[in-house]
Amino acid sequence: MALNRLTVSMSPHDYGHDSVKKIMLWVVIAMLPAFIVSAVFFGLDAIRVNLIAIAACVFFEWLIQKIFFKGKSTVGDLSAVVTGMLLAFNVPSNLPWWIIIIGALVSIGIAKMSFGGLGNNPFNPALVGRVFLLISFPVQMTSWPKVQVMNFALTDAQTGATPLAIVKEGIKNGQSFGDIMSNMPVSYSDMFMGQMGGSLGEISALALLVGGLILLIRKIITWHIPVSMLASVAIFTGVLHLINPAAYADPAFHLLTGGMMLGAIFMATDMVTSPMTPKGQIIFGVGIGIITVLIRVWGAYPEGVSFAILIMNALVPLINNWTKPKRFGEIIKK
Amino acid sequence: MLKTFPKGGVHPAENKLSKGKSITRLDPPKTVVIPLSQHLGAPAQAVVAKGDQILAGQLLAKAGGFVSANIHSSVSGVVAKVDKMPDSSGYRQMCVVIDVKGDDWVPQIDRSNDLKTGIPSNPDEIRAKIAEAGIVGMGGAGFPTHVKMSVPQGKTANNLIINAVECEPYLTSDHQLMMEKADEIIIGVMLMQKAIGAGKAYIGIENNKPDAIAHLSDIAKKYSSDIMVQGLKVKYPQGGEKQLIKAVLKREVPSGGLPIDVGCVVQNVGTAFAVYEAVLKNKPLFERVVSVTGKSVKNPVNLLARIGTPISELIDVAGGVPEDTAKVVNGGPMMGKAVADLSVPVTKTTSGILLITEKEALRPEMFNCIRCSRCAGVCPMSLEPYLLKNMVNVSRWEDLQPEHVLDCIECGSCSYTCPAGIPLLDYIRLGKANLNKILRSRKS
Repeated sequence: MALNRLTVSMSPHDYGHDSVKKIMLWVVIAMLPAFIVSAVFFGLDAIRVNLIAIAACVFFEWLIQKIFFKGKSTVGDLSAVVTGMLLAFNVPSNLPWWIIIIGALVSIGIAKMSFGGLGNNPFNPALVGRVFLLISFPVQMTSWPKVQVMNFALTDAQTGATPLAIVKEGIKNGQSFGDIMSNMPVSYSDMFMGQMGGSLGEISALALLVGGLILLIRKIITWHIPVSMLASVAIFTGVLHLINPAAYADPAFHLLTGGMMLGAIFMATDMVTSPMTPKGQIIFGVGIGIITVLIRVWGAYPEGVSFAILIMNALVPLINNWTKPKRFGEIIKK
Repeated sequence: MLKTFPKGGVHPAENKLSKGKSITRLDPPKTVVIPLSQHLGAPAQAVVAKGDQILAGQLLAKAGGFVSANIHSSVSGVVAKVDKMPDSSGYRQMCVVIDVKGDDWVPQIDRSNDLKTGIPSNPDEIRAKIAEAGIVGMGGAGFPTHVKMSVPQGKTANNLIINAVECEPYLTSDHQLMMEKADEIIIGVMLMQKAIGAGKAYIGIENNKPDAIAHLSDIAKKYSSDIMVQGLKVKYPQGGEKQLIKAVLKREVPSGGLPIDVGCVVQNVGTAFAVYEAVLKNKPLFERVVSVTGKSVKNPVNLLARIGTPISELIDVAGGVPEDTAKVVNGGPMMGKAVADLSVPVTKTTSGILLITEKEALRPEMFNCIRCSRCAGVCPMSLEPYLLKNMVNVSRWEDLQPEHVLDCIECGSCSYTCPAGIPLLDYIRLGKANLNKILRSRKS
C-alpha cells in the first residue's frame, strides 16, 4: 500500500448510523397510521390531497434550490415529503387542488427556502402554509366533509362542522356544554378512533398516538413537548370546567378534538423549530398548551393549535437563551 | 450496582476484536526511533550522542522541567543519530535513533517473573522512583505521573481512582493486562496510594469486562481492604477523568479545575503496572501493551512492544496491512490520531493501532443542522456543540468563552452522534485554538 494513500483526519474516526434522511423516513413511517385512518374515513380524497401536497412540496423545493441556491439538490433528504404530508394532514380532504399547491408554495417557498432551507426556518413550514390558507381561503378551509367509512367514490361528500366549532357556536348561543354534547353526533370513543369531522390527518387520536410511539422509540422526539403541552391543556381546561361545567368543555373533549394530538406529536415536536434543552421544551409545550386554550375558549377561531405553535416557534431562540444546560463543573454564583 | 456518569455519552459499537488474545512479547526491531516528547509538558533533553553504546533501560534524555519525563532506551545498541523525525502526530521532533544489537538490559533491572510485594515505607522514595522511570499516564494523554503524585500544598488526595474503563471501542490492551498481571496492578495501586496518602482506591471497570471485574476483585481482596473494584455501565467517554470521578464518587470537578480539587487522583491501570515495575523491579517505562486491531485485520493481537518500534512492525505481526485499509489510527476510534506514515514509532501513550477500512474511513455526508439537539444531549460536559459551531462559523471567538468551550474534553460524542454528519468537534477545536490565542495575547 502506498504511503500517500492513508487518510489523515481528526478524531472521531467512528460515526453513528443515524442520518437526516433516516430521521425523515421514520417521521413519514410514523405518519402512516394516521394516513391510513384518513384514507379509511375520507376515501380517495385523502390520498389525492396527500399526493398533491407531497408532489408540490418536493417540486417547489427542487425548483427553488435550482434557481436560487445552485449546488446539490436537497430533495433527497425527504424533509419536503414530511412537510407535504404534514400540510395535507392539516387541511380538509375536499380542498381544491390549486389551493393545496398554493399552500405548498407558501410552506416550502416562504416558510422554508427563503430562510435557507432545512434547519434554518424559524417557523414550522407546514403550519405557515396551513395558516396562510386558513386566512386566505376561510370558506374552503373550514368546510369539513363528513366521515364515511370506506367510501372510495370521489363524490361530493356532505360537509358539516367539527365538534370544536359546534361547541364554540353552541356556548356562544347560550347552550350549556352538557346539552351540546348530548346532541353531538359523535361520542368520545368515535373521536378517539377518528370518526369525526376535521382536517385530514388530525382526526384519529389513536393513530397519532401510535405514530408518536414510533417517534419515541426511534428517539426522534422526546416526551417533553407532547406531555407538557397536553398536560397543560388538560389542567387549564380542567380548572375552567370545574369552575363552570356549562360554559367550558371538559379536558377530554379538548384533548380529542381538533389538531391537538397532531400538533402535540408531529407539529410542535419538529426538531428545527423547537427548543434544544428538555427544560426549554417543557416551557415550549406549556406555552403552546396555554395559548391554544386561550384561543379555543376566548378567541375568534374554534381551533388554536396552529397559531399557538407558531407563536411559540417565534420564542424558541429566547427560550434557548433562558434555558442553558448546567455545565459540568459549573459553579453557581451566589 | 452499576454506576455511570449521569449526563451525556454515547455507546459506539464495541468491536473488541482482540479480546482475550494473550499478550505476546515482540522482539526488538532493527532500529528504534525514540521521540523525546512522549508526554505533556516540556520535551526531555538528550544526554546521549551519536555513536554511544546503549543498554536497554539506560537514560537517553532527562526531564526538561518539572512537568516533563525521563526517556529511556528500549533496546541495546548504538545511537545512530539524534535528530528531528516525524512522530505519530506528523510533526517533526527530536528523536534518538538506535541501531539494535542484541538485547542487553541495564543490570539493575529485575528481569525475573517473581512477584515483589514489599511496599517502601517512604512516599518520597516511591515518587522519586516513578519520576526516575519516566512514567507518564498511559491512557493516551501522557501526563507525567510523578507530577500527579505530588499533591500540592493545602490539598489532600484521599481517593485514588484507577481508570480501567477502556471505553474506547476496539482497544483491549488494558483488559488483557488486567487478566494477566492482576497482582502486579494491585501492588502498583498500593504503591500509588502510599505515594499520595490516599486511604481508598477505586478501580473503575466497565461492565463489558465482567471477567476483569471478578478477577481484580479477587486479587485485590488478597492484599488490601481499601481497594474497591467498581463495575460501571458501558458508556463512552467514561474514561474521561472528570466523567470517571463523577461515575465512581459522584463528585464534580469544577470547571477549569483538576481532580485534586475534589480530593482525587486518577491514574490509568497501565500506569499502575508501570509503577509496580519501576518501584519494585527497577524497570523504567520502555515497553507497553498495544492492541493491533481493525475490522479487516487478519489476526488482531495484543503485543508487548518496545517504545520506538515502528508501528508497521506491529501491524506485520497482526497479519500485515489489509488491502482495504484507508486510515491508520494511533489509539482508539473516538480519540485516536490518524497517522500519515507507518514508520512512526510506538510511544508511551500508544494503547492501540487501529486499521480502518475504506468504507468506515469515509465521513458521513453533511447536511444542514436540523437542530435535533442530540449533540447537546450527548455532551458529557453539558455544552451546546451546535451553538459553538455556529459561533465558530462567524468567527465569534470571544463569545465562545462564556459558553465554556474550554471545558470541552474533545471526546467526539457530538460528531459521532450528529445525524446531519457535521464534524462538530472540528469546529470546536478551531474555536478553542483561536480563543486560546486571544487569551494568550491578552496575558502578554
